[in-house]
Amino acid sequence: MNLALPVLVPVLPALGAAATLATGRRAPGFVRPLAVLPVAAAAVLALVVALQLGTGHSFDASTRLAPTGGPGIFLSVHLDGYSSLISVLVGLVAVCVQVYSTAYLKEDPRYPSYAALVSLFTAAMFLVVYSGDLIVLLVGWEVMGICSYFLIGHHWESADARGASLKAFLVTKLGDVPFLFGIFLLGADAGTFRIDGVLAAAAEGRLGHPTLTALLLLAGVAGKSAQFPLHTWLPDAMAGPTPVSALIHAATMVAAGIYLVARLLPVFLLSGAALVVLAVMAAVTMVGSALCALAQDDLKRVLAYSTVGQLGYMAGALAAGDREAAVFHLVSHGAFKALLFLAAGVVIHAAHTNSISAMSRIPGLRTKVPDAYWTMGIALVALVGLPPFSGFFSKEAVFTAAEHAATGEALTNGLGPADAVPAAAGWIVLVSAGLTAVLTAAYATRMWLVAFHGKPAAGPQATAPEQGAPYSPEPDEVDPGQVEPPAMRWPLWVLAVPTMAFGITSLRTDWLPELLDGGPLRPSTATAVIGTGLALVGILVSYAAWRATTVRPATARRAGEERVPEQAGPPAVEHVPGDPGRRLLGPLYRPAQHGFGVDRLYSALFVRPTTAAARLVRFLDREVVETYVRGAGQGTNLLGWLVRRTQTGNAQTYLSALLAGAVLLAVLVAVGS
Amino acid sequence: MHLAYPAVLAALLFCVGVYGVLARRNVVLVLMSVELMLNAVNLNLVAFDVWLRDTLHAGQALTLFTITVAAAEIGLGLAVVLLVFRTRGTADIDRITALGDPAEDAPAVGEPAAELKGRPAA
Repeated sequence: MNLALPVLVPVLPALGAAATLATGRRAPGFVRPLAVLPVAAAAVLALVVALQLGTGHSFDASTRLAPTGGPGIFLSVHLDGYSSLISVLVGLVAVCVQVYSTAYLKEDPRYPSYAALVSLFTAAMFLVVYSGDLIVLLVGWEVMGICSYFLIGHHWESADARGASLKAFLVTKLGDVPFLFGIFLLGADAGTFRIDGVLAAAAEGRLGHPTLTALLLLAGVAGKSAQFPLHTWLPDAMAGPTPVSALIHAATMVAAGIYLVARLLPVFLLSGAALVVLAVMAAVTMVGSALCALAQDDLKRVLAYSTVGQLGYMAGALAAGDREAAVFHLVSHGAFKALLFLAAGVVIHAAHTNSISAMSRIPGLRTKVPDAYWTMGIALVALVGLPPFSGFFSKEAVFTAAEHAATGEALTNGLGPADAVPAAAGWIVLVSAGLTAVLTAAYATRMWLVAFHGKPAAGPQATAPEQGAPYSPEPDEVDPGQVEPPAMRWPLWVLAVPTMAFGITSLRTDWLPELLDGGPLRPSTATAVIGTGLALVGILVSYAAWRATTVRPATARRAGEERVPEQAGPPAVEHVPGDPGRRLLGPLYRPAQHGFGVDRLYSALFVRPTTAAARLVRFLDREVVETYVRGAGQGTNLLGWLVRRTQTGNAQTYLSALLAGAVLLAVLVAVGS
Repeated sequence: MHLAYPAVLAALLFCVGVYGVLARRNVVLVLMSVELMLNAVNLNLVAFDVWLRDTLHAGQALTLFTITVAAAEIGLGLAVVLLVFRTRGTADIDRITALGDPAEDAPAVGEPAAELKGRPAA
């Protein structure tokens, strides 16, 4: 294969980003082509590379980048089925997002820098996917982190966006520090930073500390892929523009952590403890985030928690030792979650609010945005996991992987012995995945029904969100007269195609599975029935709760309104019509709405001690250190002032002082001797 | 003649010169006082030369040097005084203080300058 093609894939968007940044201010006409074309070219090249590579092959090329004295750093390319599949996904989503952004951020004065950052981000993700060297991978990993910081803080005028971007940066960095040490440990044990060398060392059992290494790497993965306990940044990151959420926080960046574990899965298979930790992490993440999603009022926050939960599925599949299932779910989730976010962007601009309870009061919202309505429905069905949409197949693959792991015959596909995966990990993942399937169906149904099928209420309070609920608003940018311009409509349908059809590729072993490790991905009958049944249960329960809440409070409220005239101002909590989440969660509703207080816990544990220490340091600096510094200055000033007083310019005064001194000395000498 | 007479005379002359240098206001008189001090020294030199019976008469030779140097010095000094008088219109030593450093108000102690303080506490 020609080496230039895979090299060009990350280079093109990076060059596009540089060109956009350089010319954005002077030649605004070139910004849109410069933003879209390099990314589109890179996406096409990624597809060409994937097609040329074909199935069952891998391709490696490397050149020494820097001799270090220890393990060298190589600029290397590693292509296999995983990297080609994910690079095609990244390319597809990035192109859709760039095209969508041309319309979504049409009036934004900072569009050039935004487009450049999205391009740079895409380049970094390609670098992570293609790199065959851990250090170079880390470079892409960190570039994504900083791009994410800038893009979340795109609306830096609002305090929400500033806080969210800082939080995302700090939380992911918190995971990246142990991650860096994990890479060092891996390089020291294996004697190389190249992934093939590391995997060979893992196969030969040359890794001295597999558990420690795996746990250190997991910290970075938890930060990047938003797993408990480092998941808190992702829901807040919704303060960024919606296409950014689609690209970064659904399809690519958060997938980097999963991809890394998939690449290094043989290392993780050496340590049963790390797999159990990963399974527990995934279980807590998916159940907790699904409960939170059920209680959120902000449309984008629902999707964000849903992303966290689906990433939990992927992590669960990895904990069950099946990286095929994880990457399968990663790709199908990348497509339908990007679609969900992009559609949510259209809906939010049509409704001028993020709040689904406020959307429910807008009459005829679904006729205003028909494309977003239908594509969002398709993506939600995929998310819930009903056949024949892609989410069904990938979720079933996760179920199958967990089931096999629970019975002690994990589907490691030759990466390690099947008994390397503890049965406990399989059971944890299986139970939590089943529970999450019900919850996922429930919150998807709730979101869909409340946002689009609510009873329109009379009154001017249509766009106010529910009081006290976490809310990540974003300034409106789109011309309300044209809520669905073509550049925003077509990406939805482009993404709807893989959402609907990608799952089919898993049916035959010579299609998708051959591109990956070759293990079967076809859902088994038992899990398929159970999974679909669980999803249907969730949908029905949610629908029943919605029916119950919309009918009864509506009549109760009408009666109440006649007695108490409605006051102007934000609506009271009781006036939110038909939220089945409140009824389903009961006493859990409040805690779930605020993410079970994890933020508050972190605030009490880390933020407040840190700010207190900062205040102490400031006090010491201002009041103690600075006093000495000021004293030195003032003392010198005073001394200078005294000396200046004697410089009168009268020569006779000087001479008098001189004489007095001479006489004094003479007297002293006379007396002393 | 006893040494005490010229020594006392020289001391008196010197004291008159010192007083003149420190107390007179006119520059010319200050210069004359300097001359008085020099001549007191000269007197001492001659007196001690005689008193010590120095065969080389170093004291007398040094006196001649001093007289010469004093003549040159007074010439220069008077020229300076003349120029100062022409430019400033005065030969009053109290009013020729251009090389002095006029004293300002005493610097404030305790309260720091505003730019040192930085942002106030939140």
